[in-house]
Amino acid sequence: MTEKFLTNARIIDPSQKMDEKGSVIISENGKVKYIGKNVKKSDASSSAEVIDLKNNILIPGLVDMKAFVGEPGYEYKENFRTLSHAALAGGVTSIVTMPNTKPLIDNVSMVDFIIRRGRDKASVNLFPSATLTREIEGKQMTEFGLLSSKGIVGFTDVIKTVQSTETMSKIMDYASDIGVLIMQHVEDYELSKNGCINEGEVSTRLGLEGISYIAEKIIIERDLSLLSEFPCRYHINQISSKESLEVIRRNKENGLNFTVGVSINNLSLNENDIGDFKTFLKVSPPLRLEDDRLELVRGIKSGLIDVIVSDHTPEDEEGKRLPFAQAATGSIGIETLFPLALEMYHNESLPLEKIIETLTINPAKILKINKGSLKIGSDADMCIFDLDAPWIIKADLLKSKSKNTAVENRKVQGKVLMTFLNGELAFKSQ
Amino acid sequence: MAVKKNKIAIKDQPKHLLGIQNLSIAEAKGILEEAKTFIKLNRSASKKLELLRGKTQINLFFEPSTRTQSSFDLAGKRLGADVMTMNVTNSALKKGETLIDTAMTLNAMHPDIIVIRHQDSGAPNLLSQKVNCTVINAGDGRREHPTQALLDALTIINRKGKIEGLKIAICGDILHSRVARSNIYLMNMLGAEVNVIAPKTLMPKSIEKLGVKSFTDMKKGLDGCDIVMMLRLQNERMQGSFLPSKREYYEFYGLTSDKLKFANKDALIMHPGPMNRGVEIDTKLADDINVSLVKEQVELGVAVRMACLKIYCKK
Repeated sequence: MTEKFLTNARIIDPSQKMDEKGSVIISENGKVKYIGKNVKKSDASSSAEVIDLKNNILIPGLVDMKAFVGEPGYEYKENFRTLSHAALAGGVTSIVTMPNTKPLIDNVSMVDFIIRRGRDKASVNLFPSATLTREIEGKQMTEFGLLSSKGIVGFTDVIKTVQSTETMSKIMDYASDIGVLIMQHVEDYELSKNGCINEGEVSTRLGLEGISYIAEKIIIERDLSLLSEFPCRYHINQISSKESLEVIRRNKENGLNFTVGVSINNLSLNENDIGDFKTFLKVSPPLRLEDDRLELVRGIKSGLIDVIVSDHTPEDEEGKRLPFAQAATGSIGIETLFPLALEMYHNESLPLEKIIETLTINPAKILKINKGSLKIGSDADMCIFDLDAPWIIKADLLKSKSKNTAVENRKVQGKVLMTFLNGELAFKSQ
Repeated sequence: MAVKKNKIAIKDQPKHLLGIQNLSIAEAKGILEEAKTFIKLNRSASKKLELLRGKTQINLFFEPSTRTQSSFDLAGKRLGADVMTMNVTNSALKKGETLIDTAMTLNAMHPDIIVIRHQDSGAPNLLSQKVNCTVINAGDGRREHPTQALLDALTIINRKGKIEGLKIAICGDILHSRVARSNIYLMNMLGAEVNVIAPKTLMPKSIEKLGVKSFTDMKKGLDGCDIVMMLRLQNERMQGSFLPSKREYYEFYGLTSDKLKFANKDALIMHPGPMNRGVEIDTKLADDINVSLVKEQVELGVAVRMACLKIYCKK
């Protein structure tokens, strides 16, 4: 690989508080050699390839902490190749893959498989997670130590919550000693039982069983109470309501250390968008009120929420063309994550740096991975985008194998132009 | 160009009766007017018409039902349609066939009307997107039961002469009731004031946004009411955590002649059936022909369904 000289860019890298016009030089081995306003053409070797970015914005490649790959077991929904294409088209270069595959990623041999398979087939950085409990049954913790040593970055039961307080306290106690990351889905099943959307006016009108915000809040309260006894690396995968945010505020103000994520779905949609039984908008946690959505956006601004995830959940049409209560849960999102996040900049609810921070350095820090930053010496994973370019989201044009997007026909502003992975151009918009 | 295309599409699309929510006032009144003409016919010796001769009506029931199913069955036959009833509770579903598969199979037989009862809210809406014929909702999950509300309206009009200006109480398990929801929409639409009365655990969230006042106390909720609609309390609700006991429910929410006194003097009682005597209603009161409209509801149900079939069946 020859050196590359990327110039005429507005570089935004929250990890080094950088927002300036400048250039980047990528070394022959795909690392950031020089970056910033003072970098000149003469700093690069004479044979360097020059790429004019025409005043577009250059940021670190995005880190998505929650995406489902179909492999193994659900290749008809998504595979490493299709997920990689979708991710790169969305500016995402690092993905934490979810372990609720078939078979589950809950033992060492499965980790070996997924890492090997990912290396062969994927064209993005994959950071596999493993299940928190065996068979995601919420009873017995998995081999945190062994699995971590094999390269697992975090432990989660993805769509399931450990219901037993005893099990959860043991998990946190054990995890606090060996320093692994627990990523909890927060939902009390007794309260959310059979529910499929937010409990409120829409559930009453549609005659669907609702999920109260209490189901989420009560698990957060429980876990944070345990956390104060067993301080481990604890992350809440996704929250959806303002009441949860209030519990988080109280605990963060009291000095408790933990991190919080939110899905782009809950930031860009509310329960009214479900309309007349649109099953593509059946997601977990459910879409709630506009008030909740606004409060979540404020939660990002104030730093109560640390990361935004795509919660990319590919489902085939068959699973969605059913009565709402029976339909599959989830929406694809990795390719539309960034443009939807940019809406919050365009409608003046969040500063651009904040949005980028929640998608780059924040998740990287939580995961303790060397990504999400363009400091000198870092891997040159980069996303270059046009902040203002308008386009319309069309499921048919998205690269995921499944087309279950919750934002079909949405008009967005902000388009990924190029994505670099280890200094190589991995995606270029047509 | 695009506009023109769209117009043709709407014209070609058969109309469905999916819920009261989708009806205009004029449409609702039209059905009720039409139904009035069938009341007499149904009481006469010769009940058969030929309005739907050559038409095929399929009753697709995914949930057991006696009165709604037989009512639709009779209504179709009295209009001269060929009626086939399918109880899907124990056939296709067990073989793993989805609603859409079943719909496509039936659609291939060219029915003119499908009457559907399904345990999932929104199932008729989904069905209507997949078939070429008219879909009539005979009850979906807890969402809507439009023909029940229409027959209730007809029954009230028959006795009270009008709905506008009346005060109507709906009491019982509002949370799980499609009858309650359809009636709330229809009675509001026709100008009545609606109170809903239930213990808090059986009251849906944000119900006031549907245009009703909600009460947990029968005395307050029934005050000044002209019509008292009781809902069936399903036995399984007693097992779970919704209520402490049948006895306590009856004590506070069972309709007795004492509680009826909270309503207007000439208040009338309705019930969509089947009744749980001694649970939501006192058995003597239920049979008291001076106040109970239960039998009339069943009778007029056939007329209302005839009207719906006639109006919605594609010519």
